[in-house]
Amino acid sequence: MLRIWRVPAMLAALLALTATAPFAALPPDPADVSAVDRPGDGGAAVFVRWRVPAPDETARAIVERSRTVAEATRDGAADEPWILVAEVDPLAGAGDGYLVSGLPNSKGDRHASDEIVFRVAFIGTDGERTPAIEAAPVVARANAFLLDKIPLAIVCVIVSAAVLAWILLARAGWSVKIRRIAALEAIDEAVGRATEMGRSVLFVPGIQDMNDIQTVAGVTILGRVAKTAAEYDAKLEVPTSRSIVMTAARETVQSAHFAAGRPETYDESSIRYITDEQFGYVAYVAGRMVREKPAACFYMGAFYAESLVLAENGNAIGAIQVAGTAEASQLPFFVAACDYTLIGEEFYAASAYLSGERDQLGSIKGQDLGKLFAAAAIVVGAVLATLASLSPSGPMAGASTAFRAFFGG
Amino acid sequence: MMRRTIPMLILASAGLLLIVAKFSPFTVSWQETVLGWFNILAAVAFVLGAGNLLAVNLEQISSRRPGWAYAAITLFAFAVTLVVGMFKVGAVPNGMHPDIHLAGAHDVPQAPFGWIYDYMLVPLTSTMFAMLAFYVASAAFRAFRAKNIEAILLLGTAFIILLSQTAAGMFLTGWIPEDSVFSFLRLDVMKRGITEHIQTAGMRAITIGIALGVAATSLRLIFGIDKSYLSKT
Repeated sequence: MLRIWRVPAMLAALLALTATAPFAALPPDPADVSAVDRPGDGGAAVFVRWRVPAPDETARAIVERSRTVAEATRDGAADEPWILVAEVDPLAGAGDGYLVSGLPNSKGDRHASDEIVFRVAFIGTDGERTPAIEAAPVVARANAFLLDKIPLAIVCVIVSAAVLAWILLARAGWSVKIRRIAALEAIDEAVGRATEMGRSVLFVPGIQDMNDIQTVAGVTILGRVAKTAAEYDAKLEVPTSRSIVMTAARETVQSAHFAAGRPETYDESSIRYITDEQFGYVAYVAGRMVREKPAACFYMGAFYAESLVLAENGNAIGAIQVAGTAEASQLPFFVAACDYTLIGEEFYAASAYLSGERDQLGSIKGQDLGKLFAAAAIVVGAVLATLASLSPSGPMAGASTAFRAFFGG
Repeated sequence: MMRRTIPMLILASAGLLLIVAKFSPFTVSWQETVLGWFNILAAVAFVLGAGNLLAVNLEQISSRRPGWAYAAITLFAFAVTLVVGMFKVGAVPNGMHPDIHLAGAHDVPQAPFGWIYDYMLVPLTSTMFAMLAFYVASAAFRAFRAKNIEAILLLGTAFIILLSQTAAGMFLTGWIPEDSVFSFLRLDVMKRGITEHIQTAGMRAITIGIALGVAATSLRLIFGIDKSYLSKT
């Protein structure tokens, strides 16, 4: 038999239990949800912004977007019209907002996306999800100029201005004395030696095509080597690994023979195409070197793993070797195995150096100004970084960060 | 005159366009077009290269010059690969279009063209690449001869790097505590210092020089100051 006084006691106990249990409630919905196109970019990126009314009650934010026309067509009648973009920290939408990149371009306009609707929902600390709040539709458009490339543009303008200014100064009669480059002075010596020994001269213009500026620089030097060989009546061989390089080399060598006043000695068959295959080409050239034993070998252009194979074979046959490349990783091999090496910028300066024209020599002086600018930037950056490390919260820390950001660091 | 002016104009406009395309997304499609032109040109020029290959090797065979047998092998390999690749001989049928022979895959190992590539060309090129180890050894032997101060420094640096890459490096100096004042004597610490500071500084100096050299050379070519790449005939 239930005693009547126990009923209020049980109700009181039940109330006490429910009062101590955690209160399960949804966080407030995302507020001020908006989506804006990222300015100064190549398109395909949007900032999604939102405000979190109750950060303590919000665990995660879910960002979703609508399917574009192309995606809807491709995927058919998808049950779920929304695509999950990311599940992020709820505060990620503050400030500039959360960056959504890689959005597909519109089929009709490659510089803009279709209209896309973004929506944001919150997940509370208890795991429950709020209703998603939609932003106004947005189109991710490409802009005329990439803002993050401004520092690069400034550096380009400074270097170009320096080069062009020095070309004009050289034309106006300013001194443009360039230091002696031993490797280029050695061309006459090497070809002369080959002539005396009655052996051929081998010129390897690298393994890249004419769209590589190193090949262009190599073919320019070939002109000088071919002219000297024509004057000395030495046999010149130019195996190439690209058809266009073969054509360009033939033109250059023929021009050199004309310039030397000996067009009749030009032999087209000495400039031949071998193969595009890197090691197939190397096998031919190395085999040719061992069989024919050229007295002088020139390696001028873009080289990779084959550099040492060529240079060591040349060394083994006792040829005088001159190399030039802008592939920094191959320079040690050439330095170790060749008699003379044009290192990086020297290789590019060769054309101007060999021409002896004031305009071209002036451009090398301008290049030196660019180097001075780079050195100054390194010194300023090092000083700022040192001062910033001494006082991490001082003004120099900010200056150091800004300086580094300017140069893309 | 026109033979030099037109190529210079093409070079200048293409060069400027490629520079602008770096900064403006709207010119990227033009950039792609220009690069496409080069690919077309290279494809056409390949015919010239193949013609030259045939001419040189046929001439060598017909005149029975030394090594003519190699020329014959080259031509045979060239012809077989060309026919097998161009006509997709033995191509694996395409699942979607099993009746269309040319829709089949010819670059898989099951097809003759893929087989030639995987089991003939790749082993041959790997063999050439493997020979590099011996060339490195002989070049290192010559470069590291301690004949002057620079060579001694080179030898010392190489010795530290080589030793630190092996178990001997840890065996010899691994017992020095990393947090002690003598930790700089550990070979791994020395190696890190050499590669991260000395080598990186040197490489960056060369890279900056190369970048400026590329810029100056490009400007010379774009503005027509350097015409050495053009025929004077």
